[in-house]
Amino acid sequence: MLKRAQALFLGLLSPAVALAMAGSVSAESTTRQLNMPQGVTEVSQAAYDIHMIMMWICTVIGIAVFGFMFYVMYAHRKSRGAVAANFHEHHVVELIWTIVPALILIVMAIPATSALLKVYDTENADIDIKVTGYQWKWQYEYIGEGVKFMSELRTSQDEIYGRTPKGEHYLREVTQPLVIPTGKKVRFLITGNDVIHSWWVPDFGVKRDAVPGLFTAAWAKTDVPGTYVGECTELCGIGHAFMPVVVEVKEEAEYNEWLAGKKEEAAIYASTIGKEWTFDELMVRGEEVYERSCAGCHQSDGNGIPGVFPALKDSPIALGAKEGHIAVLIDGVAGTSMQSFADQLSEVDIAAVVHYERNAWGNDVGDLTQPIDVLNYKQGQ
Amino acid sequence: MSTEGTYYVPDQSKLPIFAATGMGVMAYGAASWVLEGGSSTIFLIGSLIMAAVLYKWWSIVIDENMRGLASPQLKHSYVLGMLWFIFSEVMFFACFFGALFYVRVLVNSWIGGEAAVGWFDDTPTDAAAANAQHLWPGYEAAWPPMITPDQAVNGDAAQFKGPDQNMSFPGWDRILHWLPLWNTLVLITSSVTVHIAHTALKDDNRKKFNTWLGITVALGIFFLFLQVEEYIEAYQHMGLTLESGIYGTTFFMLTGFHGMHVTLGTVMLLIQWIRGLKGHFTHDDQFGFEAASWYWHFVDVVWVGLFLFVYVLA
Amino acid sequence: MAHGPATLADGWGKYISRWVFTTNHKDIGTLYLWFSFAMFIMGGAFAMIIRAELFQPGMQLIKPEFFNQMTTMHGLVMVFGAIMPAFVGLANWLIPMMIGAPDMALPRMNNLSFWILPFAFAILTSTLFMEGGGPNFGWTFYAPLSTTYAPDTVNYFIFGVHIMGASSIMGSINIIATVMNMRAPGMTYMKMPLFVWTWVITAFLLVAVMPVLAGAVTMMLMDINFGTSFFDAAGGGDPVLFQHVFWFFGHPEVYIIILPAFGVVSQIIPTFSRKPLFGYSSMVYATAAIAFLSFVVWAHHMFTVGMPIAGELYFMYATMLIAVPTGVKVFNWITTMYRGSLTFETPMLFSIAFVILFTFGGFTGMMLSIAAADMQYHDTYFVVAHFHYVMVAGAVFSGTAAVYYWLPKWCGKMYDETMGKVQFWIAFIGFNITFMPQHFLGLAGMPRRYADYGLQFADWNMVSSIGAFMYGGAQILFLFNVIRTIGWGKPTDDPKVWEGAEGLEWTLPTPAPYHTFSTPPKVK
Ligand code: HEA
Ligand code: HEA
Ligand code: HEC
Ligand code: CUA
Ligand SMILES: [Cu+2]
Repeated sequence: MLKRAQALFLGLLSPAVALAMAGSVSAESTTRQLNMPQGVTEVSQAAYDIHMIMMWICTVIGIAVFGFMFYVMYAHRKSRGAVAANFHEHHVVELIWTIVPALILIVMAIPATSALLKVYDTENADIDIKVTGYQWKWQYEYIGEGVKFMSELRTSQDEIYGRTPKGEHYLREVTQPLVIPTGKKVRFLITGNDVIHSWWVPDFGVKRDAVPGLFTAAWAKTDVPGTYVGECTELCGIGHAFMPVVVEVKEEAEYNEWLAGKKEEAAIYASTIGKEWTFDELMVRGEEVYERSCAGCHQSDGNGIPGVFPALKDSPIALGAKEGHIAVLIDGVAGTSMQSFADQLSEVDIAAVVHYERNAWGNDVGDLTQPIDVLNYKQGQ
Repeated sequence: MSTEGTYYVPDQSKLPIFAATGMGVMAYGAASWVLEGGSSTIFLIGSLIMAAVLYKWWSIVIDENMRGLASPQLKHSYVLGMLWFIFSEVMFFACFFGALFYVRVLVNSWIGGEAAVGWFDDTPTDAAAANAQHLWPGYEAAWPPMITPDQAVNGDAAQFKGPDQNMSFPGWDRILHWLPLWNTLVLITSSVTVHIAHTALKDDNRKKFNTWLGITVALGIFFLFLQVEEYIEAYQHMGLTLESGIYGTTFFMLTGFHGMHVTLGTVMLLIQWIRGLKGHFTHDDQFGFEAASWYWHFVDVVWVGLFLFVYVLA
Repeated sequence: MAHGPATLADGWGKYISRWVFTTNHKDIGTLYLWFSFAMFIMGGAFAMIIRAELFQPGMQLIKPEFFNQMTTMHGLVMVFGAIMPAFVGLANWLIPMMIGAPDMALPRMNNLSFWILPFAFAILTSTLFMEGGGPNFGWTFYAPLSTTYAPDTVNYFIFGVHIMGASSIMGSINIIATVMNMRAPGMTYMKMPLFVWTWVITAFLLVAVMPVLAGAVTMMLMDINFGTSFFDAAGGGDPVLFQHVFWFFGHPEVYIIILPAFGVVSQIIPTFSRKPLFGYSSMVYATAAIAFLSFVVWAHHMFTVGMPIAGELYFMYATMLIAVPTGVKVFNWITTMYRGSLTFETPMLFSIAFVILFTFGGFTGMMLSIAAADMQYHDTYFVVAHFHYVMVAGAVFSGTAAVYYWLPKWCGKMYDETMGKVQFWIAFIGFNITFMPQHFLGLAGMPRRYADYGLQFADWNMVSSIGAFMYGGAQILFLFNVIRTIGWGKPTDDPKVWEGAEGLEWTLPTPAPYHTFSTPPKVK
């Protein structure tokens, strides 16, 4: 009997033990990390601190409450000859255990309030960055700098579907990370383009919903250069798990260099838009773009998902005049998840993907679609 | 027999399963109806089943009552059932009123960039300022909003367009042309007439009861007529439709659901009126009528709320 | 029908029509319970698909699109199909027996409330086989993912929810009317068993919030098909409005799930402590306080949407307050055990596990309520862990306890104690292996509703999946045990069944006859 009781106690204790363990393991190990990261900003530190305070208070209450309960279960077993008492009320203890938790709550509320005030302190920022959630990628715009780009998942479909081994940064790598400088207060103005996404960087303690049509604001300031990875945390459709956030924090000088580089890139791109591409160049680039931006819905084999996303293989639009096809990409299809890609893809990319779709999976129109066609369409609007 | 106790527990009944089937078919039918190219056939079949079941169900209940099976305790169950049903209806309207207040008071000022950081500091919040600057430049918070944020940015290309005119108080000179006011008067009067009918019934004055209940039903129908007029005017002359942004949305949803409830209430009263003509009620047995009249008062109170928050306070 | 209910011996026709046309609260209770168990298995099967896909990083078994449908259907089926009907079933069986009533107040409507459910869930699940697939926007179906961007089948979902809500409202009105009107003479409110109390309050919550859910889906319907702009900022609406409406329903909903569970545990613990429930009246007040507070805390699910700070602070403080009445309940249960004469039969084991694991889930709930920290927890597996602690170890454990506890009274046969205990331990251990690691996953940064995840989360996900299969196995054992009991259990006719049991239902013969209390008993 005693043995059984012991087994019972141990079994019931396991959650409490595990909770305590969760607190004591340090945040360093990345593979088996158990606790919230402390992060690199004031806000993430504040969140971590209040998290630990709450956890310890709850652990202590838990030990007291469950400890008493286990004692009762041990001492007042019938098999041990316990005879039941018959009391069923005691106003004083009842009052005490109403008031004491209420006092504990007040103790919790004070640091909780000051932490929240920190989260909301978005004023007087040095840099403003507009973050827009798209299905399923992020767009970053440096307000006032004329720099704007998309940041998409770089992990290939092959890795995801197990056709090639998964890389070290599986699902944690993007085409172009967001870059911010150290020592500057950066304000993120977050919004969505289609559905609600949520922009989360655990090490900054920033998680804000990207609500279409409205902004939310958050901020970060850190002195620790490095690469920080986060996720989209609001269900946003098929690609919800496939739109990570990657932020690189660079020393200020490096950051300025990077920003200047970005501006230059834009200028160079504009000057080469008239270049003629060959059939194969377009196919290669087109496939790349397609896998990154389109395969999520229309699938790698161009068959789509019946009833949700149309097949592009043998689609009348893909096989028809190329202007119609370009139009779908530039304007999107209103009221459906086929959004406008005019803002997301460069003219070159749009030309390449259109070309690709017209000549892949057995579609064989055979003509060429050049960036200039796309530009013409845009300007003709 | 299960009726041996004091409380009448009916025997097995086919009604519930038919009612459930009717509801299931209606729900399935409604969903396939709203789909593009859908048809209303299944929905109509479901409604027919449902109508038949309800007719039968109420006939049976009335019949049981006439046979004296309904003890005072059972009647009290019906009373409780009706009152809690009305409470659930109150919550349904609360939901739409809540939505109205939320968009009117909060969202409007967020989109328009006016939401302030504090009670004593009216600089707009970062998010509100950014809304006005980057997303909806040109939109100014106002109620009723005559243009939509979409329109402020995209002009004629906008998907949502505001109304040309709204339903607010048109000024003292045109007050007599203001339909909502007439609607209010009609509905309030009907609440009074139904009350007169009720007192008449309590005094066993059946003739008076029939007259005043008849008047109430007529007023209910008149109200509906006025509302249809109002909708026609809104759609044809004021450019105010379901699609006129959030103003049209809240206006038609609130008044529309209210109108549906008036319809239901009128039907209920009409049935009670017919029963009254058949001589169904006595001064101490009138639950059917009472239930309908409570419902009527509830519909009336909702209207007063609507009148205030949808029409007057703009 | 003087000879009692039709059995199979009367032929299939009679037997089936007995169940389909019944007005008997016990029959309807049984229907609810079996329906809910079927739904539990279905929802559980969906969960198994989720856990199997998450066993390893990468997509192995299903596509992300289907994964989202599984997550959504799992949540919907479990909450609306399994847990709620299970407790309505218990209410049907027990409330009339506990308050000395001949039946429910409105027996025909009672049957209607039940039979709507199979139709509602048939409509809901049929979408899985339609073009476009089932609902894929989470059980919280946030707009605009569930409106502009939803598959066409969302319309079936909407109308399914509509009739399901109608069923809940009718069921609840029935319970309220029964309790207010059908108590035996002398059964004053403050003498009612706590299970009855928790159910009236739950029924009140249901009548209050189900219409709001109906409003939410109606707004969706209009936005999708009729050009309104409730949830579209371009027209002057706001997607976040949906969340406010949904959670005004959704938060009370989670207490709708847990309050009857509190009631069950408050019946079982005194029995096996052989001691009256400690603090009866404070239990009643605490339940009412929880119900009241549940209306004013909804936006704690929305700390990251960018509410004004005043709103954040208010909802944070209000949420924290719930710890006080809930704590009162926990302390009362433990004090009931204090100086009792405890035995640990299966229902008691499940109830004790309930108290511990629910409280644990309550603690994580307190952590979630701290807005600044919730910015890190929100929409991660930490939240998933929290709500499975309160809903699985809370509602499901207490439902299991209830079945073991009242089954002998219902069918006059005793379950196998050893098998019950074995099931308990597998369930208890399996449960913790499944959901404890999800706390770590969430804190380490794994978002919920993810069809695939980075390599750093691989280990704990595998552990969690293994635990889930183990826990699923325990459910098979439970089903087996129940069927075995009904078919071949050891007959018993002891009205009391349990030595320490108190209450009107234990004064009835065992098994409980088809009609009871046709003439009301007198309660001193
Ligand atoms: C049965 C259902 C149930 C119950 C009972 C609870 C109970 C509580 N929940 Fe939970 N919750 C859910 C079901 C439930 N929850 C679900 C389903 C979700 C997710 C929905 C979704 O997004 O899909 C959720 C999400 C959720 C969130 C949102 C998280 C997020 O998405 O970011 C929050 C935040 O505040 C929260 C808080 C709480 C609190 C404070 C309680 C309190 O009631 C707990 C009170 C209990 C105790 C505290 C323990 C006992 C008390 C004592 C021993 C006294 C002493 C203690 C102290 C002084 C601390 N819950
Ligand atoms: C009361 C409600 C309830 C219950 C009982 C459960 C029970 C379980 N839940 Fe669920 N869950 C929710 C309510 C519930 N859940 C909600 C509301 C969500 C959120 C949805 C959303 O995000 O929209 C969720 C989400 C959710 C997730 C997150 C999904 C995601 O974010 O993508 C996971 C993942 O592990 C999970 C797992 C489980 C498991 C393993 C069980 C187990 O307890 C189930 C055990 C039962 C069985 C297994 C069935 C019985 C046995 C068989 C069918 C035989 C076959 C068995 C085997 C092959 C082993 N649940
Ligand atoms: C979010 C999902 C999604 C993504 C990503 C997406 N599409 Fe689409 N696409 C759709 C949907 C939905 C439609 C159907 C629109 C309709 O109903 O007409 C569509 C339609 C099309 C059509 C018209 C096909 C036809 O037969 O009607 C073309 C061409 C097309 N998409 C090309 C692309 C290209 C190229 C990309 C990538 C750059 C892309 N799509 C990315 C969802 C998507
Ligand atoms: Cu974007 Cu989830
Ligand atoms: Cu909640």
